[in-house]
Amino acid sequence: MNTQTQDHEVVKEASMLKQKAMIATNYDKLTSAPESGAKVASTYVPGNLNELIMCFDMLNNLPEINAIQNGMRKKSGGMIMEAEKMGHSEDVCTYVKADIGNMAKGAIAPNGKPLPNPDLLLLSYTGCFTFMKWFELLRDEYGCETTMLHVPYKGDGVSTENMRSYVVKQLKEDVIPALEKASGVKFDIDRLRENLARSAKAEEDLVWVLESAKNKPSPIDAYFGGVFYIGPIFTAFRGTDDAIEYYKLLRQEIEERIKAGKGPVTPEGDMSEEKYRLVVEGPPNWTSFRDFWKMFYDEGAVVVSSTYTKVGGVYDYDGFRHDPKNPLESLADYCLGCYTNRSLPERVDMIESYMDEYQADGFLINSIKSCNSFSAGQLMMMREIENRTGKPAAFVESDLVDPRYFSPSNIKNRLESYFQMIDQKRKAGGSAPRAA
Amino acid sequence: MKNVTEIIDYCQELYGDLNFTVAREWKAADKSRKIIGYMPVYVPRELIHAGGMMALGVLGGGDQLEVIHGDAYYQSYICRIPRSTIELAITKRLDFVDGMLFPSICDVIRNLSGMWKLMLPGTYVRYFDVPQNFKDGVGGTYYRQELEELREGLEGVAGRKITDDDIRRSTAIFNENRRLVEEVYAFRAKAPWKAPSSEVYLLLRAGMVLPVEEHTQLMQDYLAAAEAEDRPMRDNCRIIVQGSFCEQPPLNLVKSIEMAGCYIVDDDFMLITRWLMEDVPLDGDPLGNLASAFLHQSVETAAKYEPDGSRKGKFLIDSVRARAAEGVIFAAPSFCDPALLDRPMLVRALNDNAIPNISFKYAENSGQMQPIREQAGTFADSIKLWSEA
Repeated sequence: MNTQTQDHEVVKEASMLKQKAMIATNYDKLTSAPESGAKVASTYVPGNLNELIMCFDMLNNLPEINAIQNGMRKKSGGMIMEAEKMGHSEDVCTYVKADIGNMAKGAIAPNGKPLPNPDLLLLSYTGCFTFMKWFELLRDEYGCETTMLHVPYKGDGVSTENMRSYVVKQLKEDVIPALEKASGVKFDIDRLRENLARSAKAEEDLVWVLESAKNKPSPIDAYFGGVFYIGPIFTAFRGTDDAIEYYKLLRQEIEERIKAGKGPVTPEGDMSEEKYRLVVEGPPNWTSFRDFWKMFYDEGAVVVSSTYTKVGGVYDYDGFRHDPKNPLESLADYCLGCYTNRSLPERVDMIESYMDEYQADGFLINSIKSCNSFSAGQLMMMREIENRTGKPAAFVESDLVDPRYFSPSNIKNRLESYFQMIDQKRKAGGSAPRAA
Repeated sequence: MKNVTEIIDYCQELYGDLNFTVAREWKAADKSRKIIGYMPVYVPRELIHAGGMMALGVLGGGDQLEVIHGDAYYQSYICRIPRSTIELAITKRLDFVDGMLFPSICDVIRNLSGMWKLMLPGTYVRYFDVPQNFKDGVGGTYYRQELEELREGLEGVAGRKITDDDIRRSTAIFNENRRLVEEVYAFRAKAPWKAPSSEVYLLLRAGMVLPVEEHTQLMQDYLAAAEAEDRPMRDNCRIIVQGSFCEQPPLNLVKSIEMAGCYIVDDDFMLITRWLMEDVPLDGDPLGNLASAFLHQSVETAAKYEPDGSRKGKFLIDSVRARAAEGVIFAAPSFCDPALLDRPMLVRALNDNAIPNISFKYAENSGQMQPIREQAGTFADSIKLWSEA
């Protein structure tokens, strides 16, 4: 259970300590790979094939996560400027530039040791065009083996058999042979099945955790807190016993919170009264993550559902689970279903259902300069949600890891006005949704 | 025979006509006719044509359209072409279009396909995905089936079947059009003083809004007329413009580069007109042939993955050699992810081959050309003064 000491130092919950240890261990494994002889695959969060990578005893290194880590440690700004000095445009994704700038500075991991060069770049092109160019850029820098998995976009909101078999074929003919070659380990499909079975177990508890926000008060914050909850399942731990244990612990803690009628844990301890329930679209800002979060919990605003927590896999909306009976097809379905690989109308439908099921008071978009995959079309999404639900929506802008694009006073003013708007709407009895 | 001025005046008129009058008139001439719009960078126009429909290139509003509504749909850090395209739709300039194809080029155009579905429910809208795996049995099989699905969708709009023979006939017509485009490009590269890029640009741009047969004829007329013109050769340097494959530069930008002392001898404007570099075979499976041409005979551009890292930039360097260019100008639209992410890799490839290059950005409505003229002029001077050649 979370408690506070007299000087307000937050005592970490068991799940937090568990996750911290998992991440530290993974970074230690990565940075000691040159000595241990472990092989390293670099890949992305959406379309992350961790269960498959583990079949080859390879370690999973995620450039986006490294960029986030550097963003939260306030180091990404210098890295981005370094990349811009090298000729990368100020207009493009700051994850890419933070990653490339970090490489230029020696690719230091959060444990202070250098990250090894990958043995294989595993490009899962899922829901983000920039990924494709990012890997070409990394290949240019590392000169290592690269394999690509192209996941078609669900433009009509459905996964067709053609899309699925295209992904499976690529896994069989390109990705698995490349992993075999890089690792020297022969592919064993039964090992993959075992990993997928473990994934499904953890996914079950993750969904329970996310859906716990339907309680009033919500025992979790599904955006700021949510990014910690999705950490293991989106990264190097899906398919491991550690992930199962983490989600079991987390679920137990949240069950306790529900019994005690508590709201979410924040960096300053338990949140006080829940005044506003929000659904949030878009990634968070990482460079001022805590300041941004504080603007919410200081006002009693809790995020009950978010789309960012679906970017590395959607497990709640249509009930997807990794399926050991159909291992490669299941990986294909997982990749195809990641949030930003879904059409805009499907994303709007999803948000509308979250607004309803989680009894949200409003919809907020944090629009990210770096991320066109999320951001292009968000203003229309906002209007659609307002029209369909009658609930007020708001829009703030920031960036992923570029501190130059986080303007705290502007965002704070906008949020305060927004909360007042929700109050006004409540007093007026709310707006009626658009007739069907 | 029409002279160059008459041809280019006509092209200029088409370029400035944001009501797409020719396409409207083409459709009005027969009640059964339908129009399918497409955005950059590539769709198989052969299938649209095979359905008896006209393919209409929608390349944004350029510098002539005041964007009022479109800006309400996009944040300031997103490029201009989607907002001016939305403007075209909201102001009813595209109200005669029966369907829209949004090619796989970037996340902005991809998401615009979904916005179109929300804005215009009931309209045929397809995000047209293409393979990034170039193996026949993998990407080829996938792409052929996507073409099959596109054919079925287009049949729904056309109200009739699109047979294999229909596709073969249309493929032959587009093969001819592509051959003429290549002739125009080769003619310009050989004698750029006879075919200024401001003219070639307008000529190719006309192909976006004309029936393909008319466009092919127009290019034939232009080649004959330009050959007959006596124009002075200037001491310009020969450059390639790269990065302008989606949102198009204002015509004044093309003119400014020329006025600054550069002959543009190759470019990637309206890449759809020469996406497929060889004739598509007419025998056998017509969809399979289109798929195979895409996999093995299409241009290299930022919207495509390059599986072989050692070949990155080779297409551009080959073009520099083939067109005897002396330098490359990267002219990319602001906030264009594909062009701007690709640029550092291409710059490195050019630098490794000692090919001079410069970079700048534009928007389709950029009005201030003085900095462009100065930059391009300095670049041209540096090539003339310092180049080893």
